[in-house]
Amino acid sequence: MANRLHVATRKGLFELAREYDIWEVTDVQFLGDPVSAVLADADGTVYAALDLGHFGAKLWRRDPVGAWQELAPPAFPSKPPDAGDDPHPWSLGKIWVIEPGGSAGRLWAATMPGGLFRSDDGGRSWSLNEALWHMPERRQWSGVAGGEQPGIASVLVDPRNPSDIRIGVSTAGVWASADGGVSWRNINRGMYAEYMPPERREEPIAQDVHRLARCAAYPEIVWCQHHNGVFRSEDAGATWHELTAIRPSKFGFAVAAHPRDPDTAWFVPAVKDERRIPVDGKVVVARTRDGGRSFEVLRKGLPQHHAYDLVWRHALAVDASGERLAFGSTSGGLWISEDGGDSWTMPEARLPPIAAVRFAAS
Amino acid sequence: MPTVLFTRALERFLPAPSTAVEGSTVGAALATVFASRPALRGYVLDDQGALRRHVAVYVNGRLVIDRTRLTDPVGPHDEIYVFQALSGG
Repeated sequence: MANRLHVATRKGLFELAREYDIWEVTDVQFLGDPVSAVLADADGTVYAALDLGHFGAKLWRRDPVGAWQELAPPAFPSKPPDAGDDPHPWSLGKIWVIEPGGSAGRLWAATMPGGLFRSDDGGRSWSLNEALWHMPERRQWSGVAGGEQPGIASVLVDPRNPSDIRIGVSTAGVWASADGGVSWRNINRGMYAEYMPPERREEPIAQDVHRLARCAAYPEIVWCQHHNGVFRSEDAGATWHELTAIRPSKFGFAVAAHPRDPDTAWFVPAVKDERRIPVDGKVVVARTRDGGRSFEVLRKGLPQHHAYDLVWRHALAVDASGERLAFGSTSGGLWISEDGGDSWTMPEARLPPIAAVRFAAS
Repeated sequence: MPTVLFTRALERFLPAPSTAVEGSTVGAALATVFASRPALRGYVLDDQGALRRHVAVYVNGRLVIDRTRLTDPVGPHDEIYVFQALSGG
C-alpha cells in the first residue's frame, strides 16, 4: 500500500507519510501559493502545477533524489489571425491534471482553456495536441463554473495500449483517441444534461463530465461523476448507463475506481449546484461493490454535524491496493481510510482548501 | 537606456533584478530583459505576449495603454515598473 500522500492546496503542496500507523505532514512546498495539480509518477518523480494569481500557471518537478526545479510550463502557439473568433483564449489558464502517458518520460497535462499537452521528456518540454485544439467542435466546448473556460478534467490512458486515450471535459463530454492523439471523436452516448434545453439534453458535447475514473485491471470499465448524475460504462466510455441507486444525492465532483475490482467505486455526493454542500451537513462517501446496482453510505470517522466540506474533482484518490483512500475538501478537511472506506481518520493538520490528493506509487 | 524594475514579489519565484536595457517601447525593453532571463517572460506575459491580466506596468508612474502589443514608447531616461495589479491574486 502507498505510504505517502501528496495534497495540493490553495496555499501549498503538503506531503504526508504514514509511520507507525499514523499519517503526518512531513514536507511543505510552495507555501502560500495555489497548487492546482500534483502527480507522483511511478519512478518517484513528483510534478506540481501552480496557479499563481498574478503570474500564471507554473510547473515544477522533483526528481526521486533532488530538489524542486521549475520547468517551462505548457504554452499555446501564437494565435493565427483567422482564429480571431475563437471563444477561448490561446493562453494557458491552469493545469488541471497531470497524468503519466504509459511510456518512459511521457506525460499528459490537461488544462483550462481546454488544451491537452504532451511531454516525452519528463515535463521538460511540452507540445499542444493540435488535433484536439484545432477541431471545429472545440469552439462549442463550454466553460465550467459559470461560463468561463472549458477544462479537461480527466485523462485516461489505457494501461494495455498507451495510444488509446479518453479525456473527460467540463463541458464537452468524453473524447476518445485510438491513435495517440492524432485524431479524436466525441464518443459518449447515454448521458443526459438537465441544464440544457430539452432538444439538446442528450447531445454528447453538452455533457458536463465532472470526472472520469477507470478500473486499471479492466480498462473497459469507466465511472463518471457527471453534473447531474453518476454513470458507468462497460465499453471504455462509449455507452453509459446511469446509476440511479447513488445515495444520498447524485451531484458531486469526484470519483475513484477500484484498481482491480471492476464493480467497486467511490463517490462523494453533495447537494447540487445551487448550494454545493454535503447533504444535511454530513460528509459521506458513497461506495458501490456491485457495479452500481446499490450503494453504501460510509460515514464512520467523517464529520456528521454542520460540515460543509465540498470535494473537488481531483481530491479523491485510491491507491494501487484498493484499500487505502484519501479525500480532501474545500474547507481543508483531509480524511484517509485504510479499509476501503469503511472508516476514516483525519491527520493532525488544518489544511488550506484542497484541490487534489494523490498517493505516491509505492 | 530605460530601466526596467520588477516587483519584489517575483523574487519568491526567480531572480528579477532591475536592469537598464535598450528599447524604445515597453515591449522592446521587456524583450531585451527576457532575452537574458527567459524564465521571467512567462511570469509577466501570457502565451500570446500580452501582459498578464493581473500584472500592471507603469512608465514613470503612468499605466501603460497598450497591454496587448506593448507599443507604449519609452525614452532613454524612463523607468518601467512591472508590478502586481491590485485586482485578483
